[in-house]
Amino acid sequence: MEILSMGGYGGYVWTAYALTFGVIVLCAWQARRRHRRVLADIRIRLEAAESGK
Amino acid sequence: MWTFLHRLASPPHFYALAARLIPWLAGGAILAIGYGAIAGLFFAPPDYQQGDAFRIIYVHVPSAYLSMLAYFVMAVAAGIGLVWRMKLAHAVAASAAPLGAWFTFLALLTGSIWGRPMWGTWWEWGDPRLTSELLLLFLYFGYIALRSAIDDTAKADRASAVLAMVGAVNLPIIHFSVEWWSSLHQGPTLIRAGGPAITPAMLWPLLAMIAGFSLLFGALLLDRVRSEVLVRERRARWVRNLMYSGQEPS
Repeated sequence: MEILSMGGYGGYVWTAYALTFGVIVLCAWQARRRHRRVLADIRIRLEAAESGK
Repeated sequence: MWTFLHRLASPPHFYALAARLIPWLAGGAILAIGYGAIAGLFFAPPDYQQGDAFRIIYVHVPSAYLSMLAYFVMAVAAGIGLVWRMKLAHAVAASAAPLGAWFTFLALLTGSIWGRPMWGTWWEWGDPRLTSELLLLFLYFGYIALRSAIDDTAKADRASAVLAMVGAVNLPIIHFSVEWWSSLHQGPTLIRAGGPAITPAMLWPLLAMIAGFSLLFGALLLDRVRSEVLVRERRARWVRNLMYSGQEPS
């Protein structure tokens, strides 16, 4: 419990760390999502071009 | 050397090379940030003035450093793209911007959380360090908005590159703001005459976090550049071959 309270600054310290790891996870997720979307978009274009022949 | 650079600038080669590098960068980032966070939270001694509140330094300083590193990378890449007409460089600049914006936001947020118990305020208008860092966030927003406002990629590259390079004057202003003007913000801890003003048990976790954030930035940037390269090269033969080879999605 003493560790969690951080000498009375627990609320500030843990919030700062939680926000930091939240942003890191969000950035990683956004980058992966963009890659997936770009691939899906290219695949749709290719299939459309194939069927248009 | 030149052949190496030419190969690196070739989109299919870069695309494959980046995929091999990302796991190593991400793995190193996890190790360094894991060590830094645990050592910083639980093993570094409390500060004699700030108590345990100083532990916010281990997320605030690396975020602030990354906010500036990302801008530096963005401005240099934009400049290279403008001068040598290198498309890959423009892709790097465009990919650095959202990451830089996120970490600038994080630096402002963690700084505010640190400022509340230490200075008694979340925010101080007119403070040079706080204001110049906020300006950095607006520069990122302006860069991203300008890019999305121009449909033609080549035009967006050129216009946003000029903005990125002009905005780079803000970087030395942020760094030296605490020395040039009076600021609530404390002075430099690491990069100062006479070496770092911090005891080793506090210093090592901080250096690990800075290294970890750098590796993380490398991994996230390469991942984003890969997507950006795919979009720009979507009509190229190598992308079609890649899709039919069955190696994607990866």
